Amino acid sequence: MVLLWLFPLGWAIFTSLRTYGDTALHGYLSWPAGGLSLANYQTFFVQADLPLFYLNTLVVVVPGVILTLLLASMVAFCCTQFSWKFNLTVLMLFTAGNLLPPQVLIVPLFQIYLHTPIAMLGSIDISNFSFALFSDNNLLYDQYIGLILIHVVFQTGFATFVLSNYMKTLTKEITESALVDGANVFRIWWSVILPLCRPALAAMATLLFTFMYNDFFWALFLLKTGDKRPITTALNNLQGEFFTNNNLIAAGALLVCIPPILIYVVLQKQFISGLTLGSTKG
Amino acid sequence: MANTTTTTAPARAVRPKAGAVAISGRRRRYTLLTRRDKILLALMVGVPLALDLILIWGPTLASILLSFTNWDGIGDPTSKNIVGLKNYQFMFTGYTLFWPAFTHNLIWLLWLTFIATPLGMLFAVLLDREIRGTRIYQSVFYLPVVLSLVVVGLIWELQYTPTDGFINNALGLVKSGHIIDWLGDSRINLYAILVAASWRHIGYIMILYLAGLKSVDPSLREAARVDGATEVQTFFNVVFPVMAPINVVIVVVTAIEALRAFDIAFIINQGKNGLELLSILITNNSLSEASLVGFGSAIAVILLVISLVPIVTFLTRVMRTSA
Repeated sequence: MVLLWLFPLGWAIFTSLRTYGDTALHGYLSWPAGGLSLANYQTFFVQADLPLFYLNTLVVVVPGVILTLLLASMVAFCCTQFSWKFNLTVLMLFTAGNLLPPQVLIVPLFQIYLHTPIAMLGSIDISNFSFALFSDNNLLYDQYIGLILIHVVFQTGFATFVLSNYMKTLTKEITESALVDGANVFRIWWSVILPLCRPALAAMATLLFTFMYNDFFWALFLLKTGDKRPITTALNNLQGEFFTNNNLIAAGALLVCIPPILIYVVLQKQFISGLTLGSTKG
Repeated sequence: MANTTTTTAPARAVRPKAGAVAISGRRRRYTLLTRRDKILLALMVGVPLALDLILIWGPTLASILLSFTNWDGIGDPTSKNIVGLKNYQFMFTGYTLFWPAFTHNLIWLLWLTFIATPLGMLFAVLLDREIRGTRIYQSVFYLPVVLSLVVVGLIWELQYTPTDGFINNALGLVKSGHIIDWLGDSRINLYAILVAASWRHIGYIMILYLAGLKSVDPSLREAARVDGATEVQTFFNVVFPVMAPINVVIVVVTAIEALRAFDIAFIINQGKNGLELLSILITNNSLSEASLVGFGSAIAVILLVISLVPIVTFLTRVMRTSA
């Protein structure tokens, strides 16, 4: 069973290591006569301008994860450490919002993005990469910040749910005694509660990274410029560009999945506890 | 726009909260919170809540309203655009892609519910026992879950392509000339991508269920064994009922996944020729050249109504455990 599970991935690796000429001549189900090489990876990396797309992903995912954790932990803090009347309503709004299929809200959201004016304040340019501050067309549409915004808002729902489950396990006396000591609520959140939630935050960060990295849908419809696309969405276009060469596509797909696999291998514990925090303690 | 209502909503939601503390009997904390604290708290909940209402719930409501119009996204929608239930009427009777897409979503749901999810649960139960290398097995089954559906789609294309794919070659179909077009034949391509989707879904369910199994009190199983129950009996009569909360989560997760299905079908052929799905019909109608905003919204409303079933199920469970 394990072998069966690994097979599709193994086959992709096998295909990616063979030259196009070899497979075209002998078929894909043959012993590699031409030997194995990493040439396809190199070709794809250079021809597809992969560094640009990795960078696009980075500038979306890093602020996305940080902002999501900040917003979600604020809401979770307020709703678990104080007994307000509307705690449950607020938590349910966030949780339910995250469970909606994104396609239900994409049509009006698309219109909002097309009609929201955003300031243009120049851009940060690094060779062919350009990060606009905040927009380069006066709109939210086709902008990195637009994509970051929807990731943050959508994932805040999930993160709030998980973090509030975690914070429920902290005693309210911590907050109370800090209040007695004269700390304001913002400080309590930042220097008392957040450090206590470090394991949960680490778990959420790895999970959110993967969610945002793997996103295809939002970037597909909220970005137009090909050069702004994050790597997962760009891969779909590149597939069309190289469609005759399976070996190259295999190499490309594998290059794209290296970062999440690395994260998973290194931070497996965080990864899984993030997922299960949401389901078992809910 | 819904802006005026959404911006005032958080402020309204916060004000009664401050009062709620005073009457909640915990006077001590009430006096501890200064005015500044209350404003800070209002902001800390209010800003994220406002964003959530504007960008998630606002568009969801707007979808419902737009579904009664024939707005095409050009200019502002006016009262002239209101067409009543015409979009729905056309969708159910005239639009040939709606029922196929609906059926495909249903097949997706049934497949995940009765094949992929039970398999994930079975793996979890098997791996929960103290067998050697269980951690390695877990990692392997979970591996596809960290991959994006785009990558999953491409990896499985290498298996399915007619002449170059592994499956047809391994079955000798390429040599004999009886090539099966796994992804191109509209009678089988849905099932072909469901296999690919399951590759990912099974690992996800396995991890969720495994965490649930670990939290089951071991003495329950011990007691069942002492009473002479077999392992299968123990699972169905003792463990499964105790796991009721996690079973609900898993059913909800499965249903949501089936309704959200989009990426793989889009990557294979943009959701055509046997791979039509409700989610893809929405974007094809409203975010394409056609720009049928009103009609696409009507499909979105159908998807929303169906989604509300698992969402409400989940929320009532959360309510019950929090109350």
